[in-house]
Amino acid sequence: MENAPDSGSNAIEVLSLTRRFGTLVAVDHLNFSCASGATFGLLGPNGAGKSTLIKMLTTLLPPSEGTAKIAGFDLVQHPEAVRRKIGYVSQMLSADGDLTGYENLLISAKLYGIPRAERARRIAQAFEFMDLAHVSGKRVRQYSGGMIRRLEIAQSMLHRPSVLFMDEPSVGLDPSAKRSVWERIRELRREFGTTILMTTHDMEEADHLCDRVAVMHNGVLAAMDTPAGLKAQVGAEATLDDVFIHFTGATISEGGDLRDVARTRSTTQRLG
Amino acid sequence: MSLAHEAPLSGWAEPFPGANYLRQTLAVAESDIRKLIHDPVELFTRMVQPVLWLLIFGQVFNRARAIPTGGISYLDFIAPGILAQSVLFGAIFYGISLIWERDLGIVQKFLVSPAPRSTLVLGRAISSTARSLCQMVFVYLVALLLHVQLRFGILQLAGVVAAVMLGSAIFSTFSLIVACLVKSRERFMGIGQVLTMPLFFASNAIYPLSLMPGWLRAISQVNPLSYQVDALRTLMIVGGSSAFGIGKDFLMLLAAFAVVMAVATKLYPSIVT
Ligand SMILES: Nc1ncnc2c1ncn2[C@@H]1O[C@H](COP(=O)(O)OP(=O)(O)OP(=O)(O)O)[C@@H](O)[C@H]1O
Ligand SMILES: [Mg+2]
Repeated sequence: MENAPDSGSNAIEVLSLTRRFGTLVAVDHLNFSCASGATFGLLGPNGAGKSTLIKMLTTLLPPSEGTAKIAGFDLVQHPEAVRRKIGYVSQMLSADGDLTGYENLLISAKLYGIPRAERARRIAQAFEFMDLAHVSGKRVRQYSGGMIRRLEIAQSMLHRPSVLFMDEPSVGLDPSAKRSVWERIRELRREFGTTILMTTHDMEEADHLCDRVAVMHNGVLAAMDTPAGLKAQVGAEATLDDVFIHFTGATISEGGDLRDVARTRSTTQRLG
Repeated sequence: MSLAHEAPLSGWAEPFPGANYLRQTLAVAESDIRKLIHDPVELFTRMVQPVLWLLIFGQVFNRARAIPTGGISYLDFIAPGILAQSVLFGAIFYGISLIWERDLGIVQKFLVSPAPRSTLVLGRAISSTARSLCQMVFVYLVALLLHVQLRFGILQLAGVVAAVMLGSAIFSTFSLIVACLVKSRERFMGIGQVLTMPLFFASNAIYPLSLMPGWLRAISQVNPLSYQVDALRTLMIVGGSSAFGIGKDFLMLLAAFAVVMAVATKLYPSIVT
């Protein structure tokens, strides 16, 4: 597709990737890879380093050490090339509330240099696909949380990235909104063969969507396998919740400092 | 429904060199201008201050005749200064929107796109100039009502537009730099308050350089606002004259813009870390 590399069996190869904040090592010499076309889930308690990892992989945050190859391009040496290949849905609901849904997609399409005729077609299609056509002219601040998420996923896919990064895609959504987001994610995968790396606290989500799951704790990967493989490691009747507790010693609701609470609140506020 | 099986885009090819750069820059500006169109209240609130300055300060000092203005009335003398001031005050707090949008995750979205970092900065400067042109129209209206002797030649107007836009681009980009350095809304507001008045008073906006003590004149001569005011005074007012020369004015403004652009482009990605 656009602007070469890709090919090769791994869409993501993380090489000794490290990020420090002062003395805190948020991501600690990580090494792992993701096969092309697969959906890779990152589980881990608050503060495990998941968002920090994703910010490095999306070129938002420079690594302290190490690097990664995304769709065949080195993150540190060719960040611009990496940006052409990736999409990003952040942990926050970050569609621009002061613009309409249509305007959000329009600006994105222009930033990605999609030519005019193609732009109109892709935007119309995206609204159709995400079941948002009836609200495309409304300002996003009037959308529900589930609608904003679907809009953001559509936005991140306009340029047909090879690799899509999603940081807690269904956080704060009610069960039916969540299901509808999951459905679209699976559909996208089927249509475009997009490689997906996502973080989540939601074990059901991981079970549902991910081919492989890694449990992250204190900046390192404590375990990595298929969901079934991980469960088998822990015990016969184990669930992913048990896996999580086994490898991190934490329950999912435990932990969470002031920053997390504040963030969850502001997300909730935006969900209105 | 099916999305796939799209023909690959032959169209990433540019119709002319730099087309993509231009499109990306304008997309950044468009995003901001569309918000302004949805909610233009801000434009109106910005109109209060120049009216007060012209109506009260200008009128009073016009009577006092305390300030040597080189053959034009004091009101004529400060009208360009007040236009520059209104542009400055509008632009200098522009950076807070960057901090705001960073907190919402919007800036991150721009930064993960392949748009060159300089387009993200330049686009914002352009949207700031669009605001400044609205202010210009308004200040001209007020000045007309107060019988300021305005010039309306095409060339003069074009020059005024250019000086207004450059001033707005310089100070809004400077404001982005401050935002990238302080990173929080509270600190930004504090610094913004501290910067604005000195920038204004250490310039020729409301009194000529010749009245200033030496140290203040020295500062004024490195303040881009002085060159903007000088250019405006020359082009906007009947009988207005330039202290620096109009060529030097625009050179200094362009140089200042180049400097803030380069610094802001360098610092911009750090707003999210
Ligand atoms: N900009 C920063 N400056 C200092 N410390 C930071 C910064 N960003 C993250 N950290 C710290 O790095 C650690 C990892 O944070 P990160 O946001 O990556 O966790 P996470 O796994 O995404 O957590 P959550 O599940 O709450 O989203 C935390 O201890 C956090 O406080
Ligand atoms: Mg996180």
